[in-house]
Amino acid sequence: MTGRFTTKRPHRRPPIAILVMAIIAVAVLALPLVGLLQRTPWSSLGTTLGETATLEALRVSVVVSLLAAGVSVVLGLPLAWVLARLSFRGRALVRAVVLLPMVLPPVVGGIALFFALGRRGLVGRALHNWFGLDTLIGTTAGAVIAAAFVSMPFFVITAEAGLRQLDSRLESAASTLGAGRWTVLRRITLPLLAPSLAAGATLSWARALGEFGATITFAGNHPGRTRTLPLAIAQANEAGQPEAAIAMSVLLIGVSLLILIGLRHRWIAPRARQPEGSPETSPS
Amino acid sequence: MRTLGLGLLAGVLAWISAGCGGDDGTIVTVYAAASLSEAFEDLAEEFEAANPGVDVKLSFAGSARLAAQISAGARADVFASADIANMARVVDAGRTSAPPVLFARNRLALVVPADNPGDVTELADLVDDELVVAVCAPEVPCGALAETVLDDAGVDIDADTEEASVRAVLTKVMLGEVDAGLVYASDVAVGSDKVLAVPLGPQIRFNDYPVATVSDREVATDFVDFVLGPDGFRILWIHGFDSP
Repeated sequence: MTGRFTTKRPHRRPPIAILVMAIIAVAVLALPLVGLLQRTPWSSLGTTLGETATLEALRVSVVVSLLAAGVSVVLGLPLAWVLARLSFRGRALVRAVVLLPMVLPPVVGGIALFFALGRRGLVGRALHNWFGLDTLIGTTAGAVIAAAFVSMPFFVITAEAGLRQLDSRLESAASTLGAGRWTVLRRITLPLLAPSLAAGATLSWARALGEFGATITFAGNHPGRTRTLPLAIAQANEAGQPEAAIAMSVLLIGVSLLILIGLRHRWIAPRARQPEGSPETSPS
Repeated sequence: MRTLGLGLLAGVLAWISAGCGGDDGTIVTVYAAASLSEAFEDLAEEFEAANPGVDVKLSFAGSARLAAQISAGARADVFASADIANMARVVDAGRTSAPPVLFARNRLALVVPADNPGDVTELADLVDDELVVAVCAPEVPCGALAETVLDDAGVDIDADTEEASVRAVLTKVMLGEVDAGLVYASDVAVGSDKVLAVPLGPQIRFNDYPVATVSDREVATDFVDFVLGPDGFRILWIHGFDSP
């Protein structure tokens, strides 16, 4: 790195057109944030964020998003392994269905969850009749399910990519040397996979933290139980309290930015791992 | 094959561009409270029939959301709110082009799913924590009205969910996902055979619905006059609204 706008290959100027388009792209993405920050009442920010309702929403957000990320890891890791290591008919279909929540409007997910887990839903009816499970509306469990529904694909796709990149010869070598399946998993696979798993878990956590549509549709809006920061922000905005909405938005943006900055090495990892000065090779 | 592909492409392009202006008709954009959905759909239809070439575009949501959008500069021609407080926000933001006028009145209703799973027979039953209850959020007109009525009755409830519009409450009752919901009297008919209204007794509380022009276009004034005229009165009455 010699300067701000140099490419890794020296003596070659980046085309102006590309730079201009890139700057416009950054502006499109960053301008709304700049607008928000410029309207932020910094002096009263602390007071607004210190209000009980805000802290309550923050607490619900943290609890719900962490639990959702936990569910994503516990259920998503075996799924990622199946998708990466087993070949079976319909694997492409399974993968498509699993990744669908990433592109689906979350409100569709919320409505669909009703017909699956609602009191009169496909599975919900049975749970209701046999186990006396009542509605998930207004419960933290409902909010966690909604958040896990939208965030699990982010973990699965990251973990599956990690598993595919894994050098399986290491695992073979270990079993040749007499290690059992669980030992291989515990001593070889998981440690090698750890960075992918961490990235996937963080990414799904970040997605769960920003979740709104599925939560408000499926789990409703109950202070202290399902009213996460995004729900509180939308409500404050509609209630004519822009200051509160802005303050909570700044809080959410700050947390999300920290997550993404923490993750940056994961997304450019192949290049970052190369020793300085070595010639670039295209990934095979 | 290639001709077919080109034809398909042309068709899609024509279809896409059909939505992009180019229409020679006049468009009037009306932002109306969610509870007005069916009434304003009928109103718009009759207004269009009476004014050939005019196309009414309706946008329904909770009054609080609409007020926030219009205050932020949304390009509406007319705003019809389900209470005075949210209309006042738009007036305070300097976004109305004429003073608001009251055009309808609505009362609170307690609805339950058709099979009444929670066995709700009166408002006071809602204090039971076992019951799953949906209400409107306090900033939404139906939520403010519900708060007042519950206060009057001395009934203190912990609702399981506070929804952003009265229709979100109604939907949850229709789906049977909640045992009871507080909506408007005019919503009961919308729930048709999926909901039952539990009698609340004589109601002294109500919400007044104001309407105002946002833009200073003539067609906006025409639409407001139509709402306030005899046709508007008749349509609103059919849909369960009282006159102010």
